[in-house]
Amino acid sequence: MKNKFDHEIALAIIHKVGARPEMLVQILHAIVKEFTYVNESAIRLIAKEINLTRAEVHGVVSFYHDFRTHPAGKRIIKICQSEACQAMGSRELTSHAEKTLGIELHETSENAEHTLEPVYCLGNCAHSPAVMINDKVYGKVDKEKFNQLVKSE
Amino acid sequence: MKNNKTKIFIPMDTAAMSMGSNDVAEKIKSIAENQNKNIEIIRNGSWGMSWLEPLIEVCVDDERIAYGPVTVDDVEDLFKSGFLRGEKHQLFQGKTEEIPYLKNQQRWTFRKCGLIDPFSLDNYISSGGYTGLSKLLNADQSYGIEQLEKSGLRGRGGAGFPTAIKWKTVADTQSDQKYIACNADEGDSGTFSDRILMESDPFTLIEGMTIAGISVGANHGYIYLRSEYPHAYKVLQNAIKSANEVNWLGKNIQNSGYDFNIDIHIGGGSYVCGEETAMLESLEGKAGTIRYKPPLPAIEGLFGKPTIVNNVVTLGSVPDILSMGGEAYSEYGMNRSKGTLAFQLSGNVKRGGLVELAFGITLREIIEKWGGGTASGKPVHAVQVGGPLGAYFPDSLLDTPLDYEAFSEKQGMIGHGGIVVFDDSVNMASQARFAMEFCSIESCGKCTPCRIGSTRGVEVIDKITSNVNREQNLNLLNDLCETMIDGSLCAMGGLTPFPVKSALKYFPEDFEATDNMSK
Repeated sequence: MKNKFDHEIALAIIHKVGARPEMLVQILHAIVKEFTYVNESAIRLIAKEINLTRAEVHGVVSFYHDFRTHPAGKRIIKICQSEACQAMGSRELTSHAEKTLGIELHETSENAEHTLEPVYCLGNCAHSPAVMINDKVYGKVDKEKFNQLVKSE
Repeated sequence: MKNNKTKIFIPMDTAAMSMGSNDVAEKIKSIAENQNKNIEIIRNGSWGMSWLEPLIEVCVDDERIAYGPVTVDDVEDLFKSGFLRGEKHQLFQGKTEEIPYLKNQQRWTFRKCGLIDPFSLDNYISSGGYTGLSKLLNADQSYGIEQLEKSGLRGRGGAGFPTAIKWKTVADTQSDQKYIACNADEGDSGTFSDRILMESDPFTLIEGMTIAGISVGANHGYIYLRSEYPHAYKVLQNAIKSANEVNWLGKNIQNSGYDFNIDIHIGGGSYVCGEETAMLESLEGKAGTIRYKPPLPAIEGLFGKPTIVNNVVTLGSVPDILSMGGEAYSEYGMNRSKGTLAFQLSGNVKRGGLVELAFGITLREIIEKWGGGTASGKPVHAVQVGGPLGAYFPDSLLDTPLDYEAFSEKQGMIGHGGIVVFDDSVNMASQARFAMEFCSIESCGKCTPCRIGSTRGVEVIDKITSNVNREQNLNLLNDLCETMIDGSLCAMGGLTPFPVKSALKYFPEDFEATDNMSK
């Protein structure tokens, strides 16, 4: 079950990825993949298992954009904010998304349907503006296409 | 033909899929089934002709005939027009290899992209793969570095450091353990050549890394892949598995006595981790704060051991340099910029995509001949080359030849070869502000000029555009830029001022007090 931290599952994940300090970033990815976020319990558990301090683990969590510390919605929508997408209207698209979903970047809607996040380049620059929804990339996303995407899937 | 199945190539790289190539493949399959057509769908990588994606090819009399851009809605019509026999249609592009966009390129590193199935090692080998490594295994261990020296290859990640010197340093450093670290953290906006290579021809990278390992005495390699590339991850994982299965990776490779293994580590969505020492920290599981240099990573790199840190395209260029010889590579290019670079055209441009060419062509030629001008049809107003840390060039600088040194003379940077085109709807003060903002978001925080300078930079630009102590703040911005350039530890803070300064220099009118900063 996503979004609910489970000690046993987290423990299994840590050991599956490898309970060694150099695997910390990879462990955090696996935790986020499972639970959509890293909470305080996860930080404690990871610190204990790989023999680092909580502060050290927290430092890594807070450094990277990928490791959100609040649960995400069902659809994680990332809109590229980089120059190539700016050149094709990503700023307008972002405002449109914020208005349509009623949330700003870095926020999750109250019904936990959508999480809106910025991303700095998806490598789909020749099809800008680019959007990623739950690991799937879409190109040339205008307002109409965006509306369809958040409705369907 | 051995069988009467019609081969249809449908690309499966991120860009083609983002434009619906999977749905197109499904549709073609289902119509073919209904009509009892005997077809074989091959999911190839991308040729890099992004504006034609999804670019579908049909194999007719051993020639590949292209149609694009194909959407699901076009498929029925394509069948009606007889595309299985290579008949004309409004999306007909003729023979793939004759499409001028591709034909006029000088493909070297990317010659197999689009041609082959990235999931098939057999396909890779039958198109010349592993020739370079085989040559090395039959020659002295120094053969690879010798050929690299002759080739003049320089790092394609952005810094342009001579690859052979880096390799030689690692080879000459005594250590019980050495590493190859492939930088696949392609974070520059407007760049996607690493992605295309990894997704369309992953074995080239695997082979290049293996050559590096054997040449310098390293038995382990890491690919540091950005998390924004989930599809590349799948393709690489499969490639590593396949190579292991037939002993092109693993212990005692092809009975040579050499071992080499590769692991993939995923980045955490941090731009600064593309800087080599920040990347090494991240590979060690830590926050991606940069390290002081020296010591150079070639001497004390990953886990304190001698490490080659090379970009994907650099390593991907190596196999053919070995198979065809370094001199053949150095025949391309100009001055000290030898060989080819995969330029990536994007932003507001009609025909975006990957254009591999010898150094020396001008920016204008690429934008006009390949790009076809802006997508909006408006005039080209500014062009940013080399990612978010690259300068914005106005029309008057578009005749600069693409050569590392010629670009630095103009305070520009080729970097990783990204070319982002803007039309005249862009507000350059917004772009300058974004450069500072991006730096403030992505700074690793280790040095003050970058960490604090970027935040102050945003504030000062806001003051200028709202006419608060204008002259004073313009001076302050210039001073701030100089401080960041001279005082930052790495390129993040050290190069951020270049887009800012170029915007100020070439587009001063955009810094007038304005209410359109949201543009």
